[in-house]
Amino acid sequence: MNSVIKGTSYILAHTPEMVLYNGTTQTTERTVNPDSEYLKELPKHLRSYEEAVAYYPNQVYIGNVTPEELAQIEMPWYDKPVEGAERFGPFGEIMPNDEFLLLIQISDEFDLVKLEADFVEKVRPALAENPVVTPAMLDRIKPGVELAEIDKFVTEEAAEPLYFGGELVGCVKRAHNIDLNLSAHVLHENLVTKASGVLSVLHALRSSDVKAEEIEYLIECSEAAVGDQNQRGGGNIAKSIAEIAGLQNATGSDTRGFCAAPAHALLEAAALVKSGVFKCVAVAGGGCTAKLGMNGKDHIKKGVPVLEDMIGGFCVIIGENDGVNPELITDYVGRHRVGTGSAPQAVISSLVTDPLEQAGLGILDVDRFSTEMQNPDITRPAGAGNVPEANYKMIAALAVMRGELERPQMKDFIAKHGVTGFAPTQGHIPSGVPYMGFARLGLMNGDFKRVMIVGKGSLFLGRLTNLFDGVSFLMEPNRGVKKEDDKAADTDEIRRLIAESMRDFAHSLMLKAEQEV
Amino acid sequence: MDLENQKRVLELSEEHGPENIVVLLGAADAEGAGLAAETVLAGDPTYAGPLTGVSLGLRVYHVCEEEVKQEFDEAVYEEQVSMMEMVLDVDDIHEEMQSFRDEYMKF
Repeated sequence: MNSVIKGTSYILAHTPEMVLYNGTTQTTERTVNPDSEYLKELPKHLRSYEEAVAYYPNQVYIGNVTPEELAQIEMPWYDKPVEGAERFGPFGEIMPNDEFLLLIQISDEFDLVKLEADFVEKVRPALAENPVVTPAMLDRIKPGVELAEIDKFVTEEAAEPLYFGGELVGCVKRAHNIDLNLSAHVLHENLVTKASGVLSVLHALRSSDVKAEEIEYLIECSEAAVGDQNQRGGGNIAKSIAEIAGLQNATGSDTRGFCAAPAHALLEAAALVKSGVFKCVAVAGGGCTAKLGMNGKDHIKKGVPVLEDMIGGFCVIIGENDGVNPELITDYVGRHRVGTGSAPQAVISSLVTDPLEQAGLGILDVDRFSTEMQNPDITRPAGAGNVPEANYKMIAALAVMRGELERPQMKDFIAKHGVTGFAPTQGHIPSGVPYMGFARLGLMNGDFKRVMIVGKGSLFLGRLTNLFDGVSFLMEPNRGVKKEDDKAADTDEIRRLIAESMRDFAHSLMLKAEQEV
Repeated sequence: MDLENQKRVLELSEEHGPENIVVLLGAADAEGAGLAAETVLAGDPTYAGPLTGVSLGLRVYHVCEEEVKQEFDEAVYEEQVSMMEMVLDVDDIHEEMQSFRDEYMKF
């Protein structure tokens, strides 16, 4: 039996100061051109927390607004706030920067994160009110230190500063003087991935009926590399997240594959559960500071707020078939093979039509395709177009070529089978998985019969191969758990069909023999 | 156009002579195609890469333009490009490319 999707979570943390100090567009600019107009102009274009919460795509990400509702809102979306927007949604939350800094300190095992004492005292009660934060986590909060101590680490020991509201409130210390992989910058990046991963796991537990102790394995699928200079990328962020999130019975490992990693990780999780190795596996991905403000220059040039100010995260819990939750179908999956080539046509065919053909299905049999769910409000002003729409155009064109659709129907197909992009441009975060929460609900309430999740990744960025990559899978409503009696009935039915075919075959042979005589 | 690709185009032009080079693009929109065309024709408009101030004037086409489409094996084109031809605004791309070719193409 296929495994099922027991819960999903989607979280965001608003981190405007990390845009300024940790996003690579800005750190590069600071190195190359420290007095640039861009750096001077940038702070004026950052959003407040309230603006970030009221931003339509963010509300979709945490589940308060559906992608279908978003599709009805005319773009741009940044100047049309959601009235009465909430911090929490059915899938997760939008955490403010100050609480997130405290969460980073909670996630620190090596006394690398120093926060100022007053700041800690002020923010602790707010974090304590968060329904997903456990008492054990609150116990990990340290009292804090004097600002002078933080200042010294930053100015004399290359610590990465932590800001809130324009003020220095803490730092992440380096863990080695020479090893760049343990530098403050890299540790800051990895701790943010870890903390956002922790928050994602906690919300997945909240939104499902799964208890922390039931999770036996956690697969982390971000793009962060953890390890010192002798084992760069050695991992294991998964286990470090499981520890803080209180998954006492879990071990775990990291899966990497650029933006396609979440889809790969979900297939691995589904296989581990279906094969009986584990009963319950979670897949989580924390966010990435490097990508904050990635398109900031274009946004400012076009008069758009710097919309890449959100750290994203997600978690999906896969469990044994319970007869209720939607199934993750592993009988037929799409995969970009080494021999597939990199032409878009070959890529999309391998991911979309190949698995459907295996299943004896057509493109129109899939109610929704979730491909690269990047928010077009972010990508359009940066000249990257509407990424999800471009994917749907390609799928529609394939349907036309296969005779499933007439060319004039392409636009309708995109509106009906596509999903409006709403995910932050955090690399692996937008790739297929952001829609799994809505898909799960739609499959459970009968709105959908089939949803396809497509993960794609650009491997050339690592300069080891020019190959493209991706995997895809289908989600379908639960077919019901079969009892032993049903299995016996199935076996009887198969035997009956075989006997019938044998009889027909024997009969046709006899007829042929008679005719020849 | 990405800096590494600019470097490759420059090196290939120096090695084989710009008159012997044809650049084929696969950009997803007219703006992107135009930018890349401008780079290998007039020089890098962003003043960031090796083609800054280098006016190669190379022959440059988008893979969906009629001028190059007829050079392909029909079956290969059908298998590799026809889907994107349906998706892209080919007229728009051609217009943009042609405007740069008219102004800067040397061969």
